[in-house]
Amino acid sequence: MTDLDAFRSETRAWLEANCPSDMRKPIRSEADVCWGGRNWTFQSDAQRSWLEAMAGRGWTAPDWPKMYGGGGLTAEETRVLKQELFRIDARPPLTSFGISMLGPALLKFGSEEQKKRFLPEIARGEIRWCQGYSEPGAGSDLAGLQTKAEDKGDHWLVNGQKVWTSYADRADWIFCLVRTSTESKQGGISFLLFAMETPGVSTKPILLISGSSPFCETFFDSVRVPKEQIVGEVNKGWDVAKYLLGHEREMIAGMGLGASGSSVTLGPVVKPTNPFLRSEIAAFDVDALAFAAMSERFAALWKAGEAHPASPSMMKYAGTELNKRRNELAMRAGGSDALEWDSERSRGGATARTWLRSKGNSIEGGTSEIQLSIVAKHILGLPGA
Amino acid sequence: MSLLTDDQKMLQEMVASFLADKGNIAKQLRHWRDIGCKDGFGHGLWKGFAELGFTGICIPESHGGLGLGAKEAALVLEEIGRNLTPSPFLQTAVVAARAIEGTAHADRWYPGILSGEAVLALAVDEGPRHAPEQTAIEAKRQGNGFVLNGSKQFVVQGGSADMIVTVARTAGSPGEREGLTLFTVPKGAAGLTIDNVSQVDSSKAARLTFASVALDGDAVIGEVDQGWEPLSRALNTGRAGVAAELVGVAAGASAMTVDYLKQRKQFGKFIGEFQALQHRAAHLYTEIEIARAAAFRAAELLDSGDERAQLYVSVAKAKAADVASLAVREGVQMHGGIGMTDEHDIGLFMKREAVLGELFGDVYYHRERVAQFGGY
Repeated sequence: MTDLDAFRSETRAWLEANCPSDMRKPIRSEADVCWGGRNWTFQSDAQRSWLEAMAGRGWTAPDWPKMYGGGGLTAEETRVLKQELFRIDARPPLTSFGISMLGPALLKFGSEEQKKRFLPEIARGEIRWCQGYSEPGAGSDLAGLQTKAEDKGDHWLVNGQKVWTSYADRADWIFCLVRTSTESKQGGISFLLFAMETPGVSTKPILLISGSSPFCETFFDSVRVPKEQIVGEVNKGWDVAKYLLGHEREMIAGMGLGASGSSVTLGPVVKPTNPFLRSEIAAFDVDALAFAAMSERFAALWKAGEAHPASPSMMKYAGTELNKRRNELAMRAGGSDALEWDSERSRGGATARTWLRSKGNSIEGGTSEIQLSIVAKHILGLPGA
Repeated sequence: MSLLTDDQKMLQEMVASFLADKGNIAKQLRHWRDIGCKDGFGHGLWKGFAELGFTGICIPESHGGLGLGAKEAALVLEEIGRNLTPSPFLQTAVVAARAIEGTAHADRWYPGILSGEAVLALAVDEGPRHAPEQTAIEAKRQGNGFVLNGSKQFVVQGGSADMIVTVARTAGSPGEREGLTLFTVPKGAAGLTIDNVSQVDSSKAARLTFASVALDGDAVIGEVDQGWEPLSRALNTGRAGVAAELVGVAAGASAMTVDYLKQRKQFGKFIGEFQALQHRAAHLYTEIEIARAAAFRAAELLDSGDERAQLYVSVAKAKAADVASLAVREGVQMHGGIGMTDEHDIGLFMKREAVLGELFGDVYYHRERVAQFGGY
């Protein structure tokens, strides 16, 4: 038996003993997701004990070093753990921007003090982060951001506004891009961390067309941020931001379709009877199954270091456009049933709300048009892109 | 799964350099077209395939082949597609080789395939659309053998073939899978008329007329009335192969087009600087990557005997045909006027795609199968 086989059988036994049966059911709604943080209310004892058990082994962040609260696993061991979790349909013990986005950036760019201060808390699910990137005047052109941080000797003084801040109203801390110099566009940006309870920070949820409010406007009115809470050097925050965005797109790309355990194909779910709709859905199912093959191939290529560095943009573009099409067809297949907004019968208008929410997929995290431009420039080498 | 092994990468590089050198458009497709070759391909190159071992990819080692599978065949076919190389590889070394696998006919024909001397074909379609269940051509028992009456069309390289694997009906009615039987029909069989037709891409496909063609009982491949299974096996391997070839056609057309976008200037700029074209090119690139993943997946599932293979064969064929169609249409459009000339190669990709898109079932045929597998 190799070491990896031994690790697999130990892991399997441990999961068998420690993953509560309620945590082996598909996630049905946002309420089933465990975000953690200072003000988190666990949905159930099972949710709490599952997080505590996994965090206790550092397996909420399995490949982070143990000294920072991670599991210290190798890439192969991490893969085995993921396979074993998948095998028993285990829910993620923790969904966290701290783990998926900020953590990797801190590991690469953070100071030793910052790593020790923030990473263990993130891995334990005791702090919830939000991402302060987009601004009203800086969407696709993110580097045009204007939120200002002035050097006041012992602190930064932050003034400005962010928008599309995911769950800012529920987050404990924010990682935030600010302008520390106007001399250079990308070279005048810095990466700050601060608590959302700092005086001068306020949030206002944005009501989406889907009826939910996962995003906020976030306002900074003379917010004092301690000098040491900058990640990397002053005016070098764009490097941190890009690294983090790459992780975000890789994550989105890696998820592919059916990430929520739903069927890849639509036809078997909606059973279309109209022949014209049926043919459109069959065409969609071909594309969905082909993309599922691509997702697996991409993940393998990426792990093997054989994927083009810009290929997450391709995956993000293809995956999100496909998901929008799926939801368009689900609406058409549902007929007037799909129009119901708040009935129990329609699970609170799930079809319509998911359809409307999906429109944001090809906007958030870089629009489809931005991704296509990245592919054109970096993969195809087209001039002036 | 999914990634290529070192051996597969080596094979891919070997085929790519061999075909870029010996199988390119000028030396093969244009050459044979312009001299009006009756076969539409070169026997010299076919021998070259044999010398490098490619013709034995799908032939078991026990018969002197390489004993590889659909995945390796896909690697060869993608390069064939990229170079528009006219070749009997798909019909002979993949489809027919699969159809006769494990039968006495393998002993008879595998040596010729391995040496690059034999050319084999498959006769299925009887109308303008692929519909193997609808096979109507009648094979009536007579003494120890059978007598065939009826007609076939779109028999690719049927006019050049030494033997044509022919599916005929020994029982039941058109529309039924039961009652079909596969036969080996030799070149020059009495009563067989071959009309060798030039197609839009200058490849050849025969229309066959069977007028009381008498065959021995040992011409049967496998069991009488049980031809559906070996036919499906051969067709599915062929469909996965055509999907890979279509990916190659798409990739070849796309590469040529992206190059053109970097060379052609209008309004004082490279036309590749215009975002209207950049985004279309990037979309096409994405689609080709997805089609390749689907084609690889289909081949891998066939090779591992997975029950999802049939589904993914149809996914791959439908996706690759859609994407290759997009690639050649965008290719001609983005080339502008020069793309309409016979002198430029981009139009040749459009012609090839039209034929491959139809072969072994078009996108509608395969979407229908995907719907049926999905139970709707």
